[in-house]
Amino acid sequence: MKDLVVLDVSKLPLHGTGMASPTWWATCTFMLIEGMGFGLAIAVYFYLMSLAPQWPIGAPPPDLFAGACLTVLLVASIIPNILVSRWARRRELKKVKIGLLIMSFFGIVPLVFRIFEFPALNVSWDDNAYGSIVWTILGLHTTHILTDLVDTLVLTALMFSRHGDNTRRYGDVEDNCLYWNFVVIAWLPLYGCLYWVPRL
Amino acid sequence: MQEEQSGPPMDTDLDDRELESRLAKTWSTRPGFWGKIACVDHKVVARRYIFTAFVFLMLGGLLSLAMRLQLSQPEARFISPDRYNQIFTMHGTNMMFLFAVPVMEAMAAYLVPLMVGTRNIAFPRLNAFSYWIFLIGGLLLWLAFALDAAPDVGWFAYVPLSGPQYSPGKRTDLWAQMITFTELSALAVAVEVVVTVFKQRAPGMSLDRIPVLVWAMLVMSFLVILAMPAIMFGSSTLILDRLVGTQFYNPAEGGDALLWQHLFWFFGHPEVYIVFLPAVGMVSTILPAFVGRPLYGYMLLVMALITTGILSFGLWVHHMFTVGLPRLGESFFTASSMAIAVPAGIQIFCWLATLWAGKPVYKTPLLFILGFIFTFVMGGMTGVMVASVPFDTQVHDTYFVVAHFHYVLIGGAVFPLIAAIYYWFPKMTGRMMSERLGRWSFWLIFIGFHLTFFPMHILGLWGMPRRVYTYQPELPWASLNLFVSLSSLILASGFLIFFIDAIKSWRSGPPAGANPWNASTLEWATSSPPPPYNFRRIPVVSARDPFSPGNDELTVATGLRTDRREVLVTTIVEALPEARESSATDSVWPFWAAIATSIMLIWSIFSPWAVVWGSIPIAVALIGWFWPKGEAEDES
Amino acid sequence: ALNAQGHSAVALKDLIIFIVLVCTAVWLAVVLVMAWALMRRHKRQEGEAAERKMTIAVSVAIVMTVLIVGVLTFASFLTTRSLYSGTDATVTIRVRAQQWWWQFIYDNADPSIAFQTANEFHIPVGKDVRLQLEAVDVIHSFWVPSLAGKQDNIPGRENVLTLRADKPGVYRGQCAEFCGLQHSHMAFLVVAEEEADYQRWAAQQRQAAVQPVSAEAAAGRDVFMSKPCAACHTVRGTQASGTSGPDLTHVGSRSTIAAGLLETTRGSLAAWIADPQTLKPGNNMPIVPLTSDELRQISAYMEGLK
Ligand code: HEA
Ligand code: HEA
Ligand code: HEC
Ligand code: CUA
Ligand SMILES: [Cu+2]
Repeated sequence: MKDLVVLDVSKLPLHGTGMASPTWWATCTFMLIEGMGFGLAIAVYFYLMSLAPQWPIGAPPPDLFAGACLTVLLVASIIPNILVSRWARRRELKKVKIGLLIMSFFGIVPLVFRIFEFPALNVSWDDNAYGSIVWTILGLHTTHILTDLVDTLVLTALMFSRHGDNTRRYGDVEDNCLYWNFVVIAWLPLYGCLYWVPRL
Repeated sequence: MQEEQSGPPMDTDLDDRELESRLAKTWSTRPGFWGKIACVDHKVVARRYIFTAFVFLMLGGLLSLAMRLQLSQPEARFISPDRYNQIFTMHGTNMMFLFAVPVMEAMAAYLVPLMVGTRNIAFPRLNAFSYWIFLIGGLLLWLAFALDAAPDVGWFAYVPLSGPQYSPGKRTDLWAQMITFTELSALAVAVEVVVTVFKQRAPGMSLDRIPVLVWAMLVMSFLVILAMPAIMFGSSTLILDRLVGTQFYNPAEGGDALLWQHLFWFFGHPEVYIVFLPAVGMVSTILPAFVGRPLYGYMLLVMALITTGILSFGLWVHHMFTVGLPRLGESFFTASSMAIAVPAGIQIFCWLATLWAGKPVYKTPLLFILGFIFTFVMGGMTGVMVASVPFDTQVHDTYFVVAHFHYVLIGGAVFPLIAAIYYWFPKMTGRMMSERLGRWSFWLIFIGFHLTFFPMHILGLWGMPRRVYTYQPELPWASLNLFVSLSSLILASGFLIFFIDAIKSWRSGPPAGANPWNASTLEWATSSPPPPYNFRRIPVVSARDPFSPGNDELTVATGLRTDRREVLVTTIVEALPEARESSATDSVWPFWAAIATSIMLIWSIFSPWAVVWGSIPIAVALIGWFWPKGEAEDES
Repeated sequence: ALNAQGHSAVALKDLIIFIVLVCTAVWLAVVLVMAWALMRRHKRQEGEAAERKMTIAVSVAIVMTVLIVGVLTFASFLTTRSLYSGTDATVTIRVRAQQWWWQFIYDNADPSIAFQTANEFHIPVGKDVRLQLEAVDVIHSFWVPSLAGKQDNIPGRENVLTLRADKPGVYRGQCAEFCGLQHSHMAFLVVAEEEADYQRWAAQQRQAAVQPVSAEAAAGRDVFMSKPCAACHTVRGTQASGTSGPDLTHVGSRSTIAAGLLETTRGSLAAWIADPQTLKPGNNMPIVPLTSDELRQISAYMEGLK
């Protein structure tokens, strides 16, 4: 077969960002998968609730303090997160470095509160189905904070290394910010479920 | 920003020969054992995937022969009840999770990049990872079987039978973890396929020019993405119930047995379309090549695929018609299940129209497709029957349902798959399969299939439940069962011939040439088998049929680098070029990541702490995987 | 399912036949069109007119599909409605399914006339009988093909099924949901008889166990009471009051033992008691070591429990 050249693509950038980046799309599909997982967890929560004669089963509603702190922290972290994303888009290496350090902090501190959230549920995972689902939801979300934290830490290290100043890295930072937004936004309905639905 | 060095090597002014040798250097896999392990070429990985899946088909088929042996006589004692339960669970689990879904995923991984005209699948390392995970998951299950520790609770493992109280030991945990393995690998491929189709189509291949098979694979991938989380959630909570005493499925503590069924079938029903949609995509692609005219009703077919995909999430309750849900809800699910006959019908009608207007050439692939139409429509009809709640109360969990799903699975998916193997074998291996053996295997499989599975409808209506390891002599089922068992030998011999043909042709079949069927999709625009870089230059598409078979010219794009693995990224709707993206190089890290993941998953059957400690090596492997190595591919 | 002898099985059979006929016709139509398409002499019609004809044909087929599917849905809905409209059941039986036998409890507000049986129960012909389906351990499914469609027994839930036999007879039923090792041997019998016979049967079942008449049987009773048997089985009127196995008060009056596995004879009883694990591997009755004398005596006792 003979080639008939009709198009020259040599002027195109060597890497796309945003919708032009395959990794961006992959991040979106992963968010779809995980969003589905969270959605199911919530569905199971309400399903079990609909079967139970009283809800929560055999336990007082969760204590609010730790969860509220964590929620405030997560929501607050959106601001630096968006800033980091913006800096990454503008390729401002220094700001991105600082921003990632801040985001690492915003990844670690919620985990501290998370540790106190589990006892604040006032129920053990093996007490009853209510305990099981709330522990699972909390655990599931914790793994998401953890994964994104590890990702953030690795990226931070990368940005401080010789591989840092590279469009590809900035793209990674943006994707990581996107994912963190997802982790935060996914938390809000979960938070409502865990802490407020039992108080209805 | 990096300063572009004074012109990295480009493909622009090279003659074909020179270009090919440079591309070969950049894209080839290193020789040797570790080279093979590190290989990320989608064709190589997919070929392994397909091969492995067919090995599982063989093994699963042998299990079914064992079942047929045991059922050939009343109160036979060839196989103990415990072993029988393991066997049918293995058969179902193996066929669904280790054969049907993976083989379709693998066909997607092989064909989609070629059909959309790109050089590798998106995220080739993830692809390699997915294969290793799949392989290890499959080996795990079969190892358990060899050790007499295979799951024995059926392929949908209903609780509480599969719960901690009624299935002590590790059998069910192995089942649940095997699910996790295969789901991981399926999800990985699904993400790759979605991104490949969205972002790596050849310039000009706008949405309305995507080959139907690629559409089918895209819809299938979305089904995987939306359905698999349900089973992941299900199998994880089942393991939690078994391992750390959560109470999801324990009615005494607020849990619920039906919760499992909802979760399972919310996945399980789309699952069957995950198997079926790629198959119909294959039919739509193969049929035109053998009737000498383009497919009738491209838009209708695409709409039908998408509709089926969407509807498939609204049907799961039809597997639960006898659990005693509210009648009104059940009637809704009858209606939605029947409604799916409409998109299915649309596809059948379009194929009939294509046949009608064309001139059939009776090669093996066409035979299998005709056999598919004949058989699948029957299976679809029995599907419509069991979709009726009252009808189903008489046949649910009987051999009638066993007949239904073998008709749709084998008639509806395996027949097209074999057609696809005959059709794409030349592309994959460079060699033709034998027409003579192909005919033999078709007729043996076709006749053997109907003789084996048609009587099962009758057995079901006569009241024979499924999943019985034996039945009593005074029941009227013995002679038909013997008949079925004998017929399954005919069926098996057909498969055997198919396997023999494939192995023989692989080693010594006649060379195929680039385009033996005069087809007009892009995979035929390159040599057979395709070089590691798939296309010398990226094709440019300006019609639904990217090139006409008679024409010897392919419109292409230039301007890609030759010193690094470069693919073209295009926009999602119009497929206008927007970037030149690098594609990952070979790497052993996906392999190590798969090993680390497997250790964690298997260990977690024994101790919940595995999740903590086992994650560390996974994290290390992933960091190794993604850490930039300063290669050309890392430039931007 | 096809030998319908009960009110609802008959309605189901009609529906089954109707749907099967319609679907067969559709299937035939498809196959005939396919055959025709393959056989016809190919003139290679190209062009607008042929294409338009095809479009019309396909559209008609799609519309037909929608219509047929609508009709089938409606037919199935009508059957559902007629089957599950209210009943005036006078008899209520609790069906407790367990691995791998059936317990049938005839509850009554007056506990002295409540009774239970296993693996076989009687119903009056021509009357609606209400079954309350429960499960003790895992999911089972209650199915008597000749009388009605199946309905699952699910732990933690309760399902209701209405049964009506139109003709006297003995109908076989079977567990229809995989429930473990002996799912295959989890059958039961429904005996439908005229009201008077049914009442006689019920009255007899309410009685405590008969006293053994022969010396051998009396010895059997003593062995039974002294061995672990009594810990699992109830024989009303004796101190045997275990509940993990079937109620044996009238085991001799039932036509099969071990959930339809064997016909009730002295020989089969002996075989069963001597080694239940070979006859029904994995079932929940252990081998209780007995001398051959003891075995003979127990079997005689069991057989006598009419
Ligand atoms: C490839 C796999 C596949 C496919 C394509 C289908 C297709 C369909 N299936 Fe099937 N099904 C399974 C695999 C599949 N199924 C499996 C594995 C199980 C059992 C799982 C288990 O229990 O182990 C199952 C079980 C199953 C049940 C549960 C039965 C039970 O457990 O009691 C039901 C109930 O509604 C059902 C319905 C349908 C319907 C309505 C379709 C429809 O999609 C069919 C549509 C197609 C047609 C109707 C034919 C073409 C149409 C025309 C020619 C137009 C004209 C038609 C009419 C006018 C009607 N299926
Ligand atoms: C795609 C899926 C698929 C496929 C292809 C098959 C294929 C076959 N199945 Fe399967 N089947 C299922 C999916 C599938 N099945 C599922 C999901 C279940 C439900 C399980 C459950 O209840 O949990 C089931 C259950 C099931 C049952 C019911 C068991 C029971 O309820 O007790 C039976 C019984 O006959 C059966 C038979 C067969 C037969 C005879 C084949 C034949 O078509 C097989 C033909 C193939 C071969 C025979 C292989 C031939 C290979 C050789 C001959 C190679 C020789 C070897 C060497 C050279 C080394 N199947
Ligand atoms: C640990 C409990 C246990 C002990 C001890 C036990 N059985 Fe059983 N028995 C069962 C169970 C459970 C079944 C039902 C088995 C099945 O059909 O799956 C059964 C069934 C039977 C049946 C058949 C009843 C029917 O209607 O189907 C007879 C008769 C019987 N047992 C007699 C005995 C005798 C006699 C002994 C003592 C020698 C004995 N059993 C000891 C649990 C026990
Ligand atoms: Cu009980 Cu099957
Ligand atoms: Cu389904």
